[in-house]
Amino acid sequence: MCTTCGCSDDAAAKITNMQSEKHDHSHEHSHEHEHEHNHDHEHSHEHEHNHSHSHGVNSSTITLEEKILAKNDRLAERNRGWFEGSDILALNLVSSPGAGKTALLERTILDLKEEIDIVVMEGDQATTNDAERIKKAGCPVLQINTGAGCHLDAEMIASAVKELKPAQGSLLFIENVGNLVCPALFDLGEKHKVVILSVTEGEDKPVKYPHMFRAAELMILNKVDLLPYLNFDLEACKKYALSVNPHLKIIEISVTQGTGLDAWYTWLRENGKSAR
Amino acid sequence: MAISYPVFAKELTGFKQQMHELGITQNIVAIVSDKAGPKRVKRIKLEIGKLSAIMPDAIRFCFDICAQGTQLEGATLEIDEIAGLGQCQSCGEKLSLSLLAGCCQCGSREITCVAGQELNIKEMEVFD
Repeated sequence: MCTTCGCSDDAAAKITNMQSEKHDHSHEHSHEHEHEHNHDHEHSHEHEHNHSHSHGVNSSTITLEEKILAKNDRLAERNRGWFEGSDILALNLVSSPGAGKTALLERTILDLKEEIDIVVMEGDQATTNDAERIKKAGCPVLQINTGAGCHLDAEMIASAVKELKPAQGSLLFIENVGNLVCPALFDLGEKHKVVILSVTEGEDKPVKYPHMFRAAELMILNKVDLLPYLNFDLEACKKYALSVNPHLKIIEISVTQGTGLDAWYTWLRENGKSAR
Repeated sequence: MAISYPVFAKELTGFKQQMHELGITQNIVAIVSDKAGPKRVKRIKLEIGKLSAIMPDAIRFCFDICAQGTQLEGATLEIDEIAGLGQCQSCGEKLSLSLLAGCCQCGSREITCVAGQELNIKEMEVFD
């Protein structure tokens, strides 16, 4: 059983490279690859002797001070170093299901693919539907199916990078599983998290899910063309978002109408430059 | 304009939450098993911040299942919950946080969280 995302063996994360169309089962259990990689864990064995003290006749207490997500954090830092060294701007796109992550990517690829190399990693529990859509938009894409898991983790991204081999200087979009809770806890090694909130959701989402909005650098408010038909309070939403994250940048867009996309592209260009 | 926060419902034991605490608990069991080596574990103590997005009750719920067949089977699970504490970036004042956002008396919203996001295994007790 995978110790990171909680998926069972028969529902393990599966990576499908849409370029080769091969469903390579050798990648099916990519989780296992790094389990023995804990060289720096060895230090704690010293602690065992230093801090252990006897508790009754036949047991001893050992101080661990171990971060539960340490393994994921280490792998994420490794990914981050690789992205930096390869001039790749990696962005982790997070939202509720149905906020418009895939539609935003489709449109962004169509508009920017002549300007910059774009590659996409699609995360979903099941199906390659999103990867098919991205492939049709015209860029290299790989689908990660997490099975029972509700988020992507750094190990999946490390395996996906080896499979997809993004080119030097490219823009990598990682579309996380639609979920505003645990993707906030699992660093993938991205430069920034971008949270997408559609105005068909409640304006109080930022305070209902503060971890995600606090972890994000940019919030994209999508489907603003529908505002006349909704009771969504745009100003209250922005205030809620800024109350959990005063540094959050906010861009209002409508993917279907094409409004506000220039601001998004400007943000991508600026962050692409500073990544280099 | 003052912002009123919606009430935070405690009904957070939905499907997705169960899954992420399950993964976290499996991480805990894997780390402790690794450290304990061949020894059986009598007790473990965790430190979970109240702002960590991890619910202790869900960890307790998952623990017995995850511990089955490992050195941790039958071990006692102790959880220290750490209250949220923030520090104002403008005036340096410390303030308690019940969620990951707050407003200092000086009016600033630039609050750094200094405690309450812990997700640590503090110690384990093993049979000699």
